[in-house]
Amino acid sequence: MASKTLYSQRDPMLKRDCFEDILEERRNSSDLKYALRCYAPVLYKGVTPCKANMLKNIVLQSDQLHYVINQVSQESGEAPDIIQEEASVILEEMAHRLQISTVRCFAFALSKAFKTLFQHVCVNEEGIQRLQQAIQEHPVVLLPSHRSYMDFLLMSYILYTYDLALPVIAAGMDFMGMKFVGEMLRMSGAFFIRRSFGGDKLYWAVFSEYVKTMLRNGFAPIEFFLEGTRSRTCKSLTPKLGLLNIVIEPFFKGEVFDVNLVPVSISYERILEESLYARELLGVPKPKESTSGLLKARRILSEDYGSIHVYFGQPVSVRSLAQGKVNRSTYNLFPRHIPRKPMEETQSFVNDTAYRIVRLQEDNMVLKPWVLMASLLLQNLEGLELSVLTEQTVWLRGLALSYAAFLDWPDQAPTAKVVSSSLALHRGLACVSGDRVSLVVGEPLGPVTPEEALFNRAVSVLSCASYRNQVLHVFLRPAMLAVAMHTAASSKKSEWPGLYNCFSFLWDMFSNDFILCPGDTVQDFEEACYLLVKTGAVQMPQQDIVMTDIGQPTLSFFNGLLEPFLQGYQVVCRYLCEEASEGLTEKQYIPAVRSFAVKLILAGNLRCYEVLSSDMQKNALAALLRMDAVRKVKVADQVTLIVNKMAVNSIDDILGGKLPTQKALLARL
Amino acid sequence: MASDSNSSESQRIAQQRLRIIAGHLQKHKDDDSGTIATECKAEANKGTVPRKRQEIMKWNGWGYSDSKFLFNKKGQAEFTGKRYRLSGMVLPSLQDWFENTFGASVNHKSPATPALNASAVPPASLNEAFVEDLKATGIPFSHEAEDRVFRAHGHCLHEIFALREGKKFERVPDMVVWPNCHNDVVKIVELACKHNVCLIPYGGGTSVTSALECPPEETRCIVSLDTSQMNRILWIDEKNLVAHVEAGIIGQDLERLLNESGYCTGHEPDSMEFSSLGGWVATRASGMKKNVYGNIEDLVIHLKVVTPRGVIEKSCQGPRMSTGPDIHHFILGSEGTLGVVTEVTMKIRPIPEYQKYGSVVFPNFEAGVACLREVAKQRCAPASIRLMDNEQFQFGKSSFKTLPFHLCKGIYIFKGFDPHQLVVATLLFEGDRERVLQHEKQVYDIAATFGGLAAGEDNGQRGYILTFVIAYLRDLGMDYYVVAESFETSVPWDRVLDLCRNVKERINRECKERGVQFQPLTSCRVTQTYDAGACVYFYFAFNYRGLADPVHTYERVEHAAREEILANGGSLSHHHGVGKLRKEWMKESISSLGVGMLQSVKDYVDPDNIFGNRNLL
Repeated sequence: MASKTLYSQRDPMLKRDCFEDILEERRNSSDLKYALRCYAPVLYKGVTPCKANMLKNIVLQSDQLHYVINQVSQESGEAPDIIQEEASVILEEMAHRLQISTVRCFAFALSKAFKTLFQHVCVNEEGIQRLQQAIQEHPVVLLPSHRSYMDFLLMSYILYTYDLALPVIAAGMDFMGMKFVGEMLRMSGAFFIRRSFGGDKLYWAVFSEYVKTMLRNGFAPIEFFLEGTRSRTCKSLTPKLGLLNIVIEPFFKGEVFDVNLVPVSISYERILEESLYARELLGVPKPKESTSGLLKARRILSEDYGSIHVYFGQPVSVRSLAQGKVNRSTYNLFPRHIPRKPMEETQSFVNDTAYRIVRLQEDNMVLKPWVLMASLLLQNLEGLELSVLTEQTVWLRGLALSYAAFLDWPDQAPTAKVVSSSLALHRGLACVSGDRVSLVVGEPLGPVTPEEALFNRAVSVLSCASYRNQVLHVFLRPAMLAVAMHTAASSKKSEWPGLYNCFSFLWDMFSNDFILCPGDTVQDFEEACYLLVKTGAVQMPQQDIVMTDIGQPTLSFFNGLLEPFLQGYQVVCRYLCEEASEGLTEKQYIPAVRSFAVKLILAGNLRCYEVLSSDMQKNALAALLRMDAVRKVKVADQVTLIVNKMAVNSIDDILGGKLPTQKALLARL
Repeated sequence: MASDSNSSESQRIAQQRLRIIAGHLQKHKDDDSGTIATECKAEANKGTVPRKRQEIMKWNGWGYSDSKFLFNKKGQAEFTGKRYRLSGMVLPSLQDWFENTFGASVNHKSPATPALNASAVPPASLNEAFVEDLKATGIPFSHEAEDRVFRAHGHCLHEIFALREGKKFERVPDMVVWPNCHNDVVKIVELACKHNVCLIPYGGGTSVTSALECPPEETRCIVSLDTSQMNRILWIDEKNLVAHVEAGIIGQDLERLLNESGYCTGHEPDSMEFSSLGGWVATRASGMKKNVYGNIEDLVIHLKVVTPRGVIEKSCQGPRMSTGPDIHHFILGSEGTLGVVTEVTMKIRPIPEYQKYGSVVFPNFEAGVACLREVAKQRCAPASIRLMDNEQFQFGKSSFKTLPFHLCKGIYIFKGFDPHQLVVATLLFEGDRERVLQHEKQVYDIAATFGGLAAGEDNGQRGYILTFVIAYLRDLGMDYYVVAESFETSVPWDRVLDLCRNVKERINRECKERGVQFQPLTSCRVTQTYDAGACVYFYFAFNYRGLADPVHTYERVEHAAREEILANGGSLSHHHGVGKLRKEWMKESISSLGVGMLQSVKDYVDPDNIFGNRNLL
């Protein structure tokens, strides 16, 4: 079962670069001059930049597109000219129109905005140098994390600042709803893709050829968000593969020698959209992107959002990654301009690559002390003494550092100062009254129903959770082992095969909620063991994994850390077993679970607010679907959920602390 | 037998038969006195290649002993001898090119061992019984060290490098035999089978695939079967335009002799000065002018091959047959693993009335490839059309500067071509005058649509002159710490550019990663066009100062380059063959079932692995 490969893949003592504050210079010199300065970035192998129109022509005349146009024309009976015209319209709607003048406008405006909003915008300059090198050698794909609308403006701003080639950015069509802003973004390098175009062959062909043309010719770095959308929870999202497939394919087909993937981690000390996200998760629909909405957001200009850290990771060579994994010569027997579904080997490679990149993003996310404090506060919803909080934060800091967290802890400042300034910055979330620190509950306007009060509290909890979530990737694996040990302890079993079973169950269960690379269960288990042993929380005599005398605080913190997830999933299971009606549709699922949970909380039977988050509800459902405990059936236009109550029940049991039996394990296989 | 009642006529016939048989027996008695096989030895040897090859050829480098590049006392490059158009000329700017390209210096010499150290050659382990029987046939043989070492290698970099360094060969042939005709070969193969001796056929010795290397694990006596003395044209059939030729003949002799009768084969591989007809068949050779005359498989009408199971040949000379899979194709490309090709009937053509060289300059490689593709599409390729990349253009420019034929720069500079981008295609047209001129116009018109500018006959001709001396350049490089090699592939048209770019880049990257201190030279050219693709030829060289084991480094880089070729849709080989150098990729290339099919032929034809060079499979 567990192979004996040592825990080596991930270096716990990651070497990381230093940061430079790019706002510092902005505060000391003219923004206008900066916006108008000479901008002459180096390009890939010295290519001359390509005019947006020329690019469109190359795409429209490509063999790839012609093939699909003819195919669509034959299927639909329309003349090829008409389809060609359609393609041209699609391209018009999609294509960027990068203009340096617009970029300069943004450079000016953003300088002003950033200086008001943020204390610092820190960038690792060594990463910038590596990127500059990479841009010249091979086509570059920038893969930033996605937590805020700010992300891509910020990226372009930084590249402009360092005189690097501006990226073209894949953006969701919803931005186009904002009339003026949409065009501005287009002129600063954004190109727009529809959110869903599942079966539309022509759209796919235009889109993929457009991206590939830019990549092959190396006109500009391509930027997109692997996570597909902004993470509302601050956890990294399961990567989407569509665009990654497109940018990797030219390498497999030999059209480029290599492609450099550059993970970029953008960490916000305070996210602009903080409470917006929480409301969205609780079911208040996301406001449609509109210009006026953005203007209203000006309100936020008066607040302090702390600092931003942007870390440009080591460029990852697709060629090196694919070495020995994908046999490129399998592409030899098929004309390259005919679109083809990627082969299984390729698909799993791309999937694997996507996960690795997201994990690299996670690794270089900068964590602020508040993230640790939020983790502690969420385990003490009734609040805790400031001194206790301070003491535990210091303890947690040590733990985080020994697990290679990228913690930005002010060097010189005394701990009390660090804690108090964190609290000050996040006064919207936590307050100190007397000696106690507790979560702030949004002030009600007028009389409130119990439900409203509950939702107000939930907003605070979810907002706070979005900070705790930032540190989860550091603790996740040992925390899952801790939960497994806790479960095992109740049945007095500590041999690792049993623990591994339990760990593997949790790993599987949570693989929608967290970034767990497919197939890495064993490696993750080993990593968990290694980390817990390293910090002295457990010992591993022979076949056993046992807690040490000093292990108690660590293990119970870890259990507390995952508690909301365990509870949340259990609520979902219980709902499906006890409440769900026969013809439950997929659409009804979320509101139904929500009202089930609200009832439980109001009745005092549940204290977990996080289950109200649609994110957790979706992830739980996805896990149950994956484990075949729930099935989707399409009836007419409706998708209904068929619940296997036996299976859901036994999953509920395991989550509730019963060891998975061999039978349960088999059932899920 | 005839009955008693038969007429006197039948008795007369029987008498006659007896006389003939007696005559034969008489002859066999005379064998000992050394006057046998008169039909084999009747004519004096007219071929260029003597049995003692080392008398006219370098033992540790390319070509004739009297012809070589060197930097004279003034530091100027010179080509010695009288054999080539370049012979006796000084090439003043070659030094600059050489030093700038490789970071080498004429002051840093890496001279070769002056002479073969015979004591370092493994002693011959002879099969005495075989030697005895062979002596009885009168076929000449030798077990002198020089003869054996000469036939222990081809012209791979590692082979020549080892000779120059005076390194000991692990295994060399134990003896060399020189059959004079088909029947001699039959006898030798019979004896080899009888005494379980390993035979390795040796033609021109120009292999670049380690095909001539003796398998070190071979414990039997290894006999190198040198076909160089089987070099006669046996007959010419002008009605059908075919000639019947002994397979040991080398290219230049074949053309010269046919020219005397007003014919040619038109088969001109770059190695034609030394490579042999049998070698071409055994490796599926390709000639420069295949667009007019075809590759070797198109030229062969009939083959005679001696195998351990006997002689393979077809019963007629029909120009095409539907008689199951063509058995010639078991032989073509068999690389000496099945037997010895002894006689070949091949197509001949009257010498063309008119020949014209030409050249076209293109702004960049992409434009050049696009033009060649179009030419192939319109099926109007000249006898030869080759596209050299910018690196080769730079080299050509430097080596010919200040020579009598001076490069006419003006035009393309005027046109605004970037001298670091432009490439040149060389052309050779053949046929009757009018048609050549017409053809020429057609090709130049196509070229013009791709931005190509005609750059004169001289430039074209120069390109082809260089072809024959370029192999000599490697020896010069090796005198100054530069190792070089070439390799080839064939690839569909749409992948030509990607393959060239990726392979060059891979070489550069591998060199860097393997500690090569200087920027390597990577260059390629498209040397053949086909309907569906092209042949691409790569040159690769680097300065190896600072490397502990340059040959090993070189081999790793070439290995990586070949992997890159295969990953980019290129073939394992267009015409060099597989030998032992590229065996590891055979399964991948032709599937394991394909390898099995070849293996079963081998097992049937040569169950005891008499032809034990272990190429291919």
